[in-house]
Parts: sequence; C-alpha cells; structure tokens
Amino acid sequence: MKIYVPCDAAALALGADKVAEAIESQLKNRHIEAQIVRNGSRGMLWLEPLVEVETPQGRVAYGPVPPDSVAGLFEAGFTRGGEHPLRLGLTEEIPFLKKQERLTFARCGITDPLSLADYIAHDGYRGLERALQMEPAAIVEEVANSGLRGRGGAGFPTGIKWRTVLNAAADRKYIVCNADEGDSGTYADRLLMEGDPFVLIEGMTIAGIAVGATRGYIYIRSEYPHAFRTVQKTIAIARDKGYLGPNVAGSGKAFDLEARLGAGAYICGEETALLESLEGRRGQIRPKPPLPAIEGLFGKPTVVNNVISLASVPIILNKGAQFYQDFGMGRSRGTLTIQLAGNIKHGGLVEKAFGLTLREAIYDFGGGTATGRPLRAVQVGGPLGAYFPESLLDTPLDYEAFAAKRGLVGHGGIVVFDDTADMAKQARYAMEFCAIESCGKCTPCRIGSTRGVEVIDRITANQERTRNLQLLDDLCETMVDGSLCALGGLTPYPVLSAVQYFPDDFRKPAPAPQDADASQEISSWR
Amino acid sequence: MSQIQAFDADRALARIQELKHLDGALLPMLHALQDEFGYVDEAAVPLIADTLNISKAEVEGVISFYHDFRRLPPGRHVLRLCRAESCQSMGCDKTIAHVEQRLGVKLGETTPDGAITLRDVFCLGLCAHSPAAMLDGEPHGRVTPQVADMLIESAGRRQ
Repeated sequence: MKIYVPCDAAALALGADKVAEAIESQLKNRHIEAQIVRNGSRGMLWLEPLVEVETPQGRVAYGPVPPDSVAGLFEAGFTRGGEHPLRLGLTEEIPFLKKQERLTFARCGITDPLSLADYIAHDGYRGLERALQMEPAAIVEEVANSGLRGRGGAGFPTGIKWRTVLNAAADRKYIVCNADEGDSGTYADRLLMEGDPFVLIEGMTIAGIAVGATRGYIYIRSEYPHAFRTVQKTIAIARDKGYLGPNVAGSGKAFDLEARLGAGAYICGEETALLESLEGRRGQIRPKPPLPAIEGLFGKPTVVNNVISLASVPIILNKGAQFYQDFGMGRSRGTLTIQLAGNIKHGGLVEKAFGLTLREAIYDFGGGTATGRPLRAVQVGGPLGAYFPESLLDTPLDYEAFAAKRGLVGHGGIVVFDDTADMAKQARYAMEFCAIESCGKCTPCRIGSTRGVEVIDRITANQERTRNLQLLDDLCETMVDGSLCALGGLTPYPVLSAVQYFPDDFRKPAPAPQDADASQEISSWR
Repeated sequence: MSQIQAFDADRALARIQELKHLDGALLPMLHALQDEFGYVDEAAVPLIADTLNISKAEVEGVISFYHDFRRLPPGRHVLRLCRAESCQSMGCDKTIAHVEQRLGVKLGETTPDGAITLRDVFCLGLCAHSPAAMLDGEPHGRVTPQVADMLIESAGRRQ
C-alpha cells in the first residue's frame, strides 16, 4: 500500500514534512505496512497538504491535512480509504481536477518526481524515443505544426525559434531553459520542476537533438531552492541512466545539462539578461538584434525557452502535432497552465485549453475571493500585466483576445484582489518594482520608474492633478516606446489600467469639485 | 544556519578553484562563498578576479547587481517576507509592519543581537497561500502576523 504526501514547496509551506513524519510514526506504532511516497503537487493548492491513499478503487484524497489530524485519520481507517471529515473522495473525481485538460502536467502529483521508473511507466521518454527516429528538421516542424508558443509570456512561436537555431551554422549551440519565474502569481514552473522534472529534461533533450545543440542550462531563480535541488538530482539520475551524456538513450547523440542558480534579480527572466547572468555578468539587457537564436549564450546560437514550453514538447512528439493543435482557440493552440493566486478561495493550477474566460477560471475553478468580499481587480500575467476590472472578466484567456484589451496572458498567473484593494497603491507599486528591478541599461526604465513613483505620489496628494496626470501619461508613453525590454516597456500597463478603470482611487484624500477625472487624462492608453 | 563558517581565505580560494572549470563561473562561485560563509567577504574579491582573470571592478559590479549577494554576515536566521502583488492582495503589508515592529528593525536590517536578518522577497511561488515567507530557506504559507510570531519564536528556540 502506498500513501502519498507531496514534497512540493507549497505543501511544505503548510507542514507536509510534519504530516509525513506523523504518518510514519503512526504506521510504525500500528504495525501497518505501507510505503510513503513524496509525490509532487496535484495543483489543488488550497487542499495542501493533500494526502492520498492507494485503494482498490483508486487513489483517495484527504485534505487539507494538518499534522495534528493524522492520528484521527488513522482512527478512521484512512489507510483503507475510511470515512473522515477531511476525506475528499477519489482524487481524480474532484471537480477542480476532473474538469482540466492535463497535457503538460499529466504526471504531476501522480508520480514520485525522482523515480525514472515511474516516469517511464507513465509515458515518459516516448517523445524522445520518437524524436530519435526522426530527422532534426522533422522534429522542428512537428513542434512548429503543433502551434506551441512561448509560455514564458511573450508567446513567440517555439517552432520558428528552433528553426532559426537549426539553420544557424556554428561549432556549438545551446538550449537554455528560462526557469526564472519571477512574476507574482505564477508558480507553474516551480510546480513542474518539483513535481515532474524528468519531463523538462526530456523536452530539453528533444530540443537539443532537433537543433543540434549538445549542451543545455536550466537557469532557476534562487527563491526556488527546492526546485533547484530536485532538478539537480534529476539531472544526475538521467545522466546515470544514460538519458543525458555523450550517448543519449543509445542514439550516439550527445546532450548534457546543468542547473544554474539565479541571484534574486527579476530582470534575469528577460532572455538576454538571463544569458548575461549565465555568462557570469550583471544581468543587463542586450539590445536585439542579434537574436539569441543567432548569437546567444557565449555568442553561439541558443534556444531560450520557458519551462512550460519545453515541458510541452514531449507530449507533442509522443502524440503528434495535430493532437496538441486540436486544443485551444484562434492562434493560441494547446493548453494554458493557469495559476490562480492572491485573494482566491481555491488557489491552484488549472491546465486547460486556451479560451477559458477569466470569469470561469476565477469562479468555476477558483470559487471567488478568499475573503468572500466582492472582487475588485484582477492582474493577469505578473507585475507587467494590466489590472482588469470586473467588467472585463469575460475576456477569454487567449494571447490575442488579451492583447486587444491591452492585457497580457503572460505566464498565466491570475492574481485576484477584493474590494479593499487600493489601486493607486498598486499603480505606485508597479513603478516602485520597476525601479528596484531595472537593470539600468536604458534611461526610460531606470529613471522613468523613479519619476513615475513621484508623479503618482503627487497625484494622490492632489498636487496639480491635471498636469501630473498628463505627465504620467507622457512618462508612460516614453517608457512604452523607449525602453529596451518588457520591464520598462510594460510597467505602464498596470499603472495606466489602474488609472483608467479605477480613477476614484487616485483622488484621495478629498476630491475637489473641479477635480479632473483621472481616466480622462490618459490619452496614450486609449 | 549553524553550518556557516567564519570567513577563511584559504577555504574561500579552495571553493573558488573547485568551480573555475565552469563556463560562466562567477555566479556559482559567489553562491558557493555565500553558502559557506553567509556572505561574500571583501577579501574574496581579488581571489575571484585573479582566478577568472577579470578585474576586481567586474567582480564588484556583479556582486552589487544581484539582490542576493551580501557584503556582511547576516543574522543567525534569515526571515524573508514576500511583498509582491499576490501577497499584497492578502495583506502582506500588515504582516510586514507587525514583524518590523516586533523585531524593531526594517526590511533589509538585522536585529541588534544578531539573531534575525529581515529581508523582503519578490515572489516565492507560493501565491495560492499568500502571504508567503521563507525562514532559513524553508517555505511558509498564510503568514498572518500570528504565524509570523510563531516563526520568530521557533527561530529563537533554535538559536
């Protein structure tokens, strides 16, 4: 019999290690034979620590399980799936999970992340097996035909990036995985690296074989020490078993990997800053061109892809481009890993074909706000995403539909705010964050963000409101048009959307009768 | 964090030498030094510069760029409180204000007895359990002022 207790950081954050210890000591005292498996998270994070027990009917879930409830669970006979107030029934039947379309996260939470045998038993390494029978160009075309677009935020077609690297002649090429998941409200990369790390390694191996790269790096942010350790261990296992190294799976082709740790700089999530950091320098933006696909890491052609993009490759190769292409809407093909975060009742990961509306994600899956108060604003896509009001909740999660509303799907993180949120404060924070994290390379971002904080302070203090609102508008236009990368270029989006949709928040403390309506002063936004 | 050693130039050089074969070795070196000594000592800068054949200014520039690298030893425990959007939506400001008041230091400072260094962090990826915190590398979720008190007390017990 197996008992599953997640080792994901989100489960650990709520005492999963203590739960596992308590279960172990109960098993010993009661002379029950059972194996405790430390699996990844199923993504139903509000139920963590979510303990599962293997029964003849399937895995039965109990959650959230605080350490002090373990004795009671044993009293209730939970090792046989016994009744208990924390019993949730068969895990697979929990609606939050059952309604999903898990492709990239198919194994996450089911297997032991560090078990290669588990991985292979659940369809692992089938994508690589097929890729090794194909010509490199055919692999690239398979990925291109799947419609996969970069899941890190920019949504650039993965196949086109790979094709560029394939066609670039060089003595050395690299695959770089961007695991610098710095956007607040996002944790899909972390969940995957801690819950099913082999799929990332398989995806990178396929990428290497497709474009002719022999070496790869996974750049993981230092705020994710657990993910870093798990990935490091997984690489060692894969190398030991011949899935990495000079002769990948007996194919005669070489590919090896190294995990590297970031050092607390948000900007290193931008691909060129990430490359600088990997080379051992300050994480400052490189102007493009040259594209990293032509001159990337150490000046060599480099594929830089997000964790989820690379981890989606094995299933595309295994089941074919058409299978993946059949999910989604418009030009957004496949699935999006939505992460419900912030003031949300049922926070967690929802993998679903593109096209689900924000409202469906927040209410049908998320159950509304955690506080039970009315929803006021939603920020999608991290600190650079616009703040949407209630009235935009019917926007489908699709790159183009969001762009049309000046929003950003980004990496799929959704942060919900209730009606206590002060949107002028959020706008100020957006500028403050940009000032803290700016790499300093370009002036609009480095200086503009600091000036932005000051202008917002003057607006909320009612100093020359009309003039300062116009100034904020001008400043934002300069940042959007003049910044070298998305940090300076997109910071105005949360700022201006807050002004447009929540103008009253910018008139504190007491609005004068002749006060300008903030939303009327931001012409560049409309 | 009891495994942290007092700075020792020979030991530092050994760690640096172990990593010099890596491409782009500077960040791994700085992490190794910080893991070992809790910070990057001034005396390590020329050792790195010599090993990598780069200028001391380049090493200094990298150390100062990244928020993680410290120039002085931290407290015996490091408590990091997330202040990014998701945690804001669940009242991290209240937790931060409470902790600052209780410890008598601001974010980025160390208590006068050297017990706790308080730092902010922008996202720990625990956004379904905001506000989030990390104490000596271990994650904690739903960190209300009461939970923060418990964390501080648990750190105190461990010394």
